[in-house]
Amino acid sequence: MNVALAKAETGPGLRGILAIPRGRLPGAGKVADYRRQAFDAYENAGLPHRRIEDWKYTDLRVLMREVLPLAPEPDAAALTRAVAALKLYSIAGVRRLVLVDGVFVASLSETADLEQGLGIRTLCAELEIGDAALQAQLLAPDHSNPMMALNSAMMTDGLVIDVADDAALTQPLHIVHIASGAVPAAMFTRSLLKLGNAASATLVESYIAAEGAKTYQVHDSLLLSIGDGARLDHVRLVEDGREAFNISSAVVTVGARAHFNSFGMTSGSHVSRYQAVIACAGEGARVETNGVNLLNGRQHADTTLFLDHAVPNCSSREVFRAVLDDRGHSVFQGRIMVRPKAQKTDAKMMTRALLLSDEAEADNKPELEIFADDVTCGHGATTGALDESLLFYLRARGLPEKEAQALLIQAFVGEAIEAIANDDLRELAVSAAQRWLAARG
Amino acid sequence: MPLLEVKNLQVRVEEREILHGLSLTVDAGEVHAIMGPNGSGKSTLSHVIAGKPGYEVTAGEILFKGENLLEMSPDQRAAKGVFLAFQYPVEIPGVATMTFLRTALNAQRKARGEGEFSTPDFLKRVREVAARLNIPQDMLRRGVNVGFSGGEKKRNEVLQMALFEPSLCILDEMDSGLDIDALRVAADGVNALRSPDRAMVVITHYQRLLNYIVPDFVHVMSKGRVVKSGGKELALELEASGYAQFEDAA
Repeated sequence: MNVALAKAETGPGLRGILAIPRGRLPGAGKVADYRRQAFDAYENAGLPHRRIEDWKYTDLRVLMREVLPLAPEPDAAALTRAVAALKLYSIAGVRRLVLVDGVFVASLSETADLEQGLGIRTLCAELEIGDAALQAQLLAPDHSNPMMALNSAMMTDGLVIDVADDAALTQPLHIVHIASGAVPAAMFTRSLLKLGNAASATLVESYIAAEGAKTYQVHDSLLLSIGDGARLDHVRLVEDGREAFNISSAVVTVGARAHFNSFGMTSGSHVSRYQAVIACAGEGARVETNGVNLLNGRQHADTTLFLDHAVPNCSSREVFRAVLDDRGHSVFQGRIMVRPKAQKTDAKMMTRALLLSDEAEADNKPELEIFADDVTCGHGATTGALDESLLFYLRARGLPEKEAQALLIQAFVGEAIEAIANDDLRELAVSAAQRWLAARG
Repeated sequence: MPLLEVKNLQVRVEEREILHGLSLTVDAGEVHAIMGPNGSGKSTLSHVIAGKPGYEVTAGEILFKGENLLEMSPDQRAAKGVFLAFQYPVEIPGVATMTFLRTALNAQRKARGEGEFSTPDFLKRVREVAARLNIPQDMLRRGVNVGFSGGEKKRNEVLQMALFEPSLCILDEMDSGLDIDALRVAADGVNALRSPDRAMVVITHYQRLLNYIVPDFVHVMSKGRVVKSGGKELALELEASGYAQFEDAA
């Protein structure tokens, strides 16, 4: 690997990053040190490329080429555009928390009348004057992953949500990332949700664009800390603009007897990568992480999951589906690690891709690393076209071709969607899938 | 005008000719049985009438109510009133039977320019028909044919026939995989649908089914042609003497 080449390709925007006004990159002291180390790590590695195993199918030097300059703080015009976009994607009954171009916008968010035990602050405030324990959590991610390191160096804002022990939130929290799209730019956000012992909450994340938004980059990270006996339901919907890039990381720690139910659907953005590290840290933890990619045109979406079983008696299920039309390219990398102490681990991963075109591509890379001897682990992967005999049966019953295909596609992704516990959110995912199908024409 | 006219139909599958000039005329209100040994082209005929891809019609025509059926897509044919009861109904995991029935019925109605059924009316109709066919309600909530027994799958076909009210029903080897009790239930369901406006073409290898669904006409197929036609007594004759006599005739 040519190091000079690597540095040259980190992007022209980066050198200028250090010159960003101090106010845009909150935090001094430890925070500033952390940023500097992260930045050095990123600069050393550069954008990840195909010769790095973890990025084999998603070569950002080819696909993204450069990191765009930091987005300016949204002005009145940007906010007006954001409001219009919000109207199209509003979800009833949730508590909305809005980030426009990577900056929390209080006027579009609902932070009054918080339920008992719920605390909401911003990353910006927390990095400037937060308490030491929370700050330590925000600065926990290491710099081994270059895109996470970049996010650590550049994070401008996000939500820091604290749910007290035993608090059972009834209203889902909805973090909406909106790109106003006025100029080609990048936004860098980090959010933290700390769920106390025996608490429960639902978190929804949406990534959307204002009308007419062109090229932009989302660099997001989510830190989830789920206390013992707690339950978190998590839904993320990537409906970014078709010229957008979305590079998101998640670091999840699941406590003893806690339950993490996560579902992600990507139907938007030109290139996206969702990389999650999920650690079963306490005995009896349960993880379900399911996902659907719906891609067409030249869309590329990469889901890379690392399930880390460190303690005994935990279970994990990964169900992943991709529906690919035109030259859509879906990547699923699922790695399950069962450490020596993690006896009685029950881990399963199943990924299936449906190719609607000869030029579509699905790459599945399951990896099991098992160091304990009393475990149940399994994985499966299939790739194929729509079953002609099923299509004919439906058509012989009166369904036109597109409707018959749509019904089978919905059934195909349904298995992943069904695992969403909240009825309204499940409907939300179903309607996002239907929007995609309707747009196929 | 006959309901169905098949004239000199020649069909190829992957360069091999399966039907060599088959003709058949079916009027409304009639029940025709098509019998013949394995490989005589019975199922090919049913597939071509329903519009299954993979068959090349090289000559002849099929008229349905005077219209050229071969120019229509399978869904257009269904909306016009052609129904094929499959020999092996497929399982469709993830599509609830009730959703499937409603989507299909409304697609047909839409194609005919009729309004969609309201949900309560639809549910009431399905429940009535299902009860008549001994189809338990929980089956309707499951995926289409998923985990159904052979008899349940065939009853599900009859259920659809009753709901969609086609004018031509083609029953492809309805008796395959059914024990005698299951066969009786399915046949009773079919018999209840006999009407002066509706014709049925019953394709079967064995005479047994025709004890339950008694045909007006019996046709014997061999090597891609109809080699003999007659009344219902022809089926009994076949049962006694077998198909061998027709192998040479064809």
